Amino acid sequence: MASPGKASVSDSHVGKKKKPPARYWQEETDGEKKGAEDGGRAAEEEPRTQKPKQEEHQREGKRFISGKSDPFPGPAPIPEDRLQKFKRKEKTKKHRRQHYKLRDIITRSEEASEMAQKQAARFDILLPEDAGFLEGDEEEDTYTISQEDIADAVDITSGAKYFNLKLSQFGPYRVDYSKTGRHLLLGGRRGHVACVDWQSKQLMCEINVMESINDVKWLHSETMYAVAQKKWLHIYDSNGIELHCIRKFNDVLRMQFLPYHFLLATASASSFLKYLDVSVGKEVTAICTKTGRLDVMCQNPHNAIIHLGHPNGTVTLWSPNQKEALVKMLCHQGGVRSVTVDKSGTYMVTSGMDKKLKVYDIRALKPLQSYFLPAGASCLSLSQRGLLSATTGDVVQVYKDVCNTPVTKPYMAHRVRGTAWGLSFCPFEDVLGVGHGDGFTSMLVPGAGEPNFDGLDANPYRSAKQRQEWEVKALLEKIQPELISLDPCELGQVDQATFQQRHQDRVQALGFDPLAKEKFVPKYKKKGRSSTGNVEKRKRQVAHEDQRDIIKQTVEDKMKMEKERKNREKKKAKLSGSRSALDRFKN
Amino acid sequence: MAKFSKKKVNRRKVEASGEGPEQVVRDPGEQHEGLNEADGHVSEEQEEDEEEEQEDEEEEEDGGGDKDERRRQKLLEAINALGGKRQKKLGERSEAAVLMSEFTINAEGEGERVDLSDLIGTVEKNRAVPAKTRKQLKNLQQSKRTVECPLSKQETERIQRDVSFQKAASEVSRWKGIIRQNQRAEQLVFPLNQEPAGPKPMERVVSGWKAQTPLEQEVFALLTANKQPVHDPILTPTEEASLRAMSLEEAKIRRAELQKARVLQSYYEAKARRERKIKSKKYHKVHNKAKRKEFLKQFDEMVKTDPATALEELDKMQTARMQERMSLKHQNSGKWARSKALLAKYDEDARKAMQQQLEVNKELTQKLVTSLNNEQEEEEEEEEEAGHPELMPDFVNDAERGLDSSNPWMRGKLSEEPTESERCGSLDLTEEASGVGGGTAEEEEEGEEEEEGEGKEEEALLREFDQRRKLRQVQEADTGPVLSVDDDEGMVEEDEAAAEEEEQLSEFTSLFQEMANSRRDVMAEQAEAAPDTSVQLEEGRRRICTVEDVELLSQEEVAPDEAPVQPQLPPATENMLSAPQKTGKNRKRKRGIELKEVLTTEAKVLRIPLAPTVEDTEESDGKLDQRGLIKEAFAGDDIISDFLRDKRNQEDAGKPKVVDLTLPGWGEWGGGGVKPSRNKRRRFRVKTAPPPPRKDQHLPTVIISEKRNSSISLHQVNSLPFPFESHTQFQSTVRSPMGRTWNTERMVKKITKPKVVTQLGAIIKPMAREELMKDASNNSSVDSLRRKH
Repeated sequence: MASPGKASVSDSHVGKKKKPPARYWQEETDGEKKGAEDGGRAAEEEPRTQKPKQEEHQREGKRFISGKSDPFPGPAPIPEDRLQKFKRKEKTKKHRRQHYKLRDIITRSEEASEMAQKQAARFDILLPEDAGFLEGDEEEDTYTISQEDIADAVDITSGAKYFNLKLSQFGPYRVDYSKTGRHLLLGGRRGHVACVDWQSKQLMCEINVMESINDVKWLHSETMYAVAQKKWLHIYDSNGIELHCIRKFNDVLRMQFLPYHFLLATASASSFLKYLDVSVGKEVTAICTKTGRLDVMCQNPHNAIIHLGHPNGTVTLWSPNQKEALVKMLCHQGGVRSVTVDKSGTYMVTSGMDKKLKVYDIRALKPLQSYFLPAGASCLSLSQRGLLSATTGDVVQVYKDVCNTPVTKPYMAHRVRGTAWGLSFCPFEDVLGVGHGDGFTSMLVPGAGEPNFDGLDANPYRSAKQRQEWEVKALLEKIQPELISLDPCELGQVDQATFQQRHQDRVQALGFDPLAKEKFVPKYKKKGRSSTGNVEKRKRQVAHEDQRDIIKQTVEDKMKMEKERKNREKKKAKLSGSRSALDRFKN
Repeated sequence: MAKFSKKKVNRRKVEASGEGPEQVVRDPGEQHEGLNEADGHVSEEQEEDEEEEQEDEEEEEDGGGDKDERRRQKLLEAINALGGKRQKKLGERSEAAVLMSEFTINAEGEGERVDLSDLIGTVEKNRAVPAKTRKQLKNLQQSKRTVECPLSKQETERIQRDVSFQKAASEVSRWKGIIRQNQRAEQLVFPLNQEPAGPKPMERVVSGWKAQTPLEQEVFALLTANKQPVHDPILTPTEEASLRAMSLEEAKIRRAELQKARVLQSYYEAKARRERKIKSKKYHKVHNKAKRKEFLKQFDEMVKTDPATALEELDKMQTARMQERMSLKHQNSGKWARSKALLAKYDEDARKAMQQQLEVNKELTQKLVTSLNNEQEEEEEEEEEAGHPELMPDFVNDAERGLDSSNPWMRGKLSEEPTESERCGSLDLTEEASGVGGGTAEEEEEGEEEEEGEGKEEEALLREFDQRRKLRQVQEADTGPVLSVDDDEGMVEEDEAAAEEEEQLSEFTSLFQEMANSRRDVMAEQAEAAPDTSVQLEEGRRRICTVEDVELLSQEEVAPDEAPVQPQLPPATENMLSAPQKTGKNRKRKRGIELKEVLTTEAKVLRIPLAPTVEDTEESDGKLDQRGLIKEAFAGDDIISDFLRDKRNQEDAGKPKVVDLTLPGWGEWGGGGVKPSRNKRRRFRVKTAPPPPRKDQHLPTVIISEKRNSSISLHQVNSLPFPFESHTQFQSTVRSPMGRTWNTERMVKKITKPKVVTQLGAIIKPMAREELMKDASNNSSVDSLRRKH
């Protein structure tokens, strides 16, 4: 860790040219000579050298004893934009009159957050990888460059990442990459499931579930995956052994895995959105969306909200905590065909039956861009760095900067063998995986993946041991499903609900009112003593009991106050000491 | 003690008469002792007295014969008995002594005590004693006033308690600083006085070490060559000590300074308080007058030196003047003034007082004439001459000049001369009004205002008609109000596709019209709003103006009549400026509501370099495909209307319902066919407050659920922790994350530092007194730091 102080010290040495360090054996003779020469003087000189040193020391502050001036004083500057990148909200204004404790707390926290920001910005240098894009010659459109050309041009390992798998037998494929981007899961419509370590092209397992498959998804690590089969949801391990068959989840069409919550969200044909906690194997919630068949789904990686697309042109946002949609937005005039959200949770891209492609700012829920695609887009996917891929029939197109600036032509285009059915960018790689009717195609898309990975979060090069460690850690840091909300920072806010509202919530959660008074039910007595009249009488005896209590209390309080007042008066009178002759008649 | 000492004094007085001044001199000293030094001395004193008495007796024994002696003794006893309580007889004593005489005679001077007078005698002889003390002593001897009687026992005790308490308090309060510092410290490390961490000089770690090997020698040579400290101490211990002392001194100085400042402040405050408490009106009058004069003088200077601030001051004065003119203060209209007015006929003073009030008013409302002001006016006059009518000379209306385009008052002023006939008419009107009003200024104003109001109404009516006609035209043009706006905005020619969509949307538009009917009305009103609001604005303006200058009214009168007929030049130009703003506003509002526009924004056509050869055949069976096709064909048919209905339902569900609590037959006739009266129903209808505006009120295509997320509220903080005053403060302190995922390692360690660190196995002793001295310097530095924040 380079502290600011240290940095400055090292900086001071950077600019100067140093003499080559003197060697022991070279110096030997010189030293001796000098020693002989200076022998007498040394004793005299010592005190002399001592003095200026001290003076300098006092003048300079305690940093440089050697007396050299620092050419780059102060800590190394941090570029403004990088600082901005790590900014967390604005400072609050300081009030003039504050409690000293409050002032201390606020200044301390401000200091800490500022320093954290600065440190993070400083350490950003340590992310050395940079992303680049394909650039055509003048007046050459980049989409004319074919995949073969790219694969030829790049180095061998990158070139090997462009490949086709011809799997025409089991029909269009769904695709899913694991979180680290090392492993690929293919699920054929006609029951073929294969997981591959796609970079080394090593097949981990290959099975046929002998049922139609709707969707496949990796779970938290590459050891397990979920397959939505014709009837039920199945979970297999990486050897192809069936671990679970979850019968609570039927007719699943689409799945999403929320990695930090360990939740598998499934959307079914019976319009149910269900959440499965894979760490404990329990269903968290089942929400009946009442919107028909749910075959369009995606997640917002920023806040773990599930987006569902519906045939009536709306996109709905769901969290497991609410039985109704958080937000319902009308996006298209026809049904919604595909939805995707970018990594930062800022943009949502939708495509619909009206052949339009729309970009929304999902935080403000406002439309940003609207494009017309002559053939419409059936699948959409956003890469880590914001490239959008869309498939129209058998053509896969990749667009750059769709969200901010209007584009007219694609960045890349590629034709695959059959109709594309599954589409996914590979994390941390410039690769786009396309599952289609004739198998699988791995495309090279320069500039798609994030070049810097977080080794503690998703490490593509991790060993089995590291994976196990990570798994334990991730389980410990698992976020509870209750914390999913539209604004992920909501947890840090003060709940400003009224007492009434909170009480209502409590009643709802408990199922009864804990503060409610129990109604008095007279005990049943024998020998005719529980006649209606008697019961009523007994009821009347305890009627308004609480009110009586209150009244009694207040009366008592009043009496006490009165007494105290009198006492005080008496004392005062005594202290003043002026007793008149008539005072004896008091009391 | 009190009683005893009183008695003693009595006795002394008796004795003093016989024995001379020496005894008297002794007393004050004793008394001082008794006062200052507490209880401990009391018993001592008592003893002394006893001894004295003994002495006296002995002396007398020596002096006279037996008889005399006995008499004298009796007398003494009698005198003693006069004192009251003490009747203890002093018999003969047998003391253990080295030399015992059989006649109970002691050696000379054995039992005698040294008197103060003896000492004083030597003092006078001694040269070393300063003259001052000698003088003091002389004074003491000569003073013959009686000694004040000492305080009672309780009182002295109380005083002693007070003194001792103060001592103890000061002793304890010395710890206050360090305790507070520790309380506020970010981290405390126990035991407190640890050696500072970090590299220590070698001498402290190793003793008797010498550089021996050539490598070591070389290193040392290098160090000396580079002026690095070899023989450590960066500071000698004495130097360090002196440094510390310096810091303490500094702290003391600083404290003294602060104290002085505080004292000065308190003096000033006291003075201010005293002055404020003075009730004399005359004083205040004179005071204020002086102040004003001085201010004026300053102001004159300021005009020369610093015209900008002078202008500001002038502004302030003007506003003050305006306020004075607007208010009824000093106008002799208050309760006091009225009572005085009643008296004024008979009472000279009352008349004078009223006169004074009026004078004050006059003085305060007098226009200030300064060189600055004069210049301004001159400039303005010049401008007027130069033909810039927009730059009005009126000082008060400065701010509104640019904005108030439709202000007829302004117009009236700026317009070309109104035609003769109109002017005549207006004059007539004013005359009439004044005639009706009976001549008083106020009534005149009122009348004029009313007439203006009439004029306004007519105008408004005309405008409304015009507006309606326009609206009708627009509707006839079959595009509907919403679309018309689009046209206005210049939504350039839309593609054919878009046009088709519009046709498809016709149903929606009709539905939307229905829905937005009420809204449109509002919008129409808004479209009208520009003139309407201006009318209101005008009225508001006028009221203020009329109070100020009545003479302008005639011109104002003309303006509204003229306005619709022929818009004059200057307002027109101003309208040009202001119009886009207003329309822009309106448009914005409309845009907020417009659903259609959101859905049919211009879509940019994307080129596809490769035409798809395979059509979407994801669904293998043809039926589904067909359904999709149908859907596509009728896309947008009912989608939007459904959505709108949905949204409206949601909105309605969120609205609070009106609860009707009327009971038929109560307070009036009931029965079949008899409805409770409207009045009653109105009275018993409970309306709840409208809910806060929905989050999606400006987003037509979005429905945001207003349900509370109660699951997260279990984990949220629901009451503000102690020192925080507002939730924003608290939220800002918890805004940045603490974990390793977001922070560098060092930051994490810094943030999660424990509050108290104790060294394992070390004994934590209570703080020693040395800590106080050590922290005195730290404290001052901390204080200064805190002041900075």
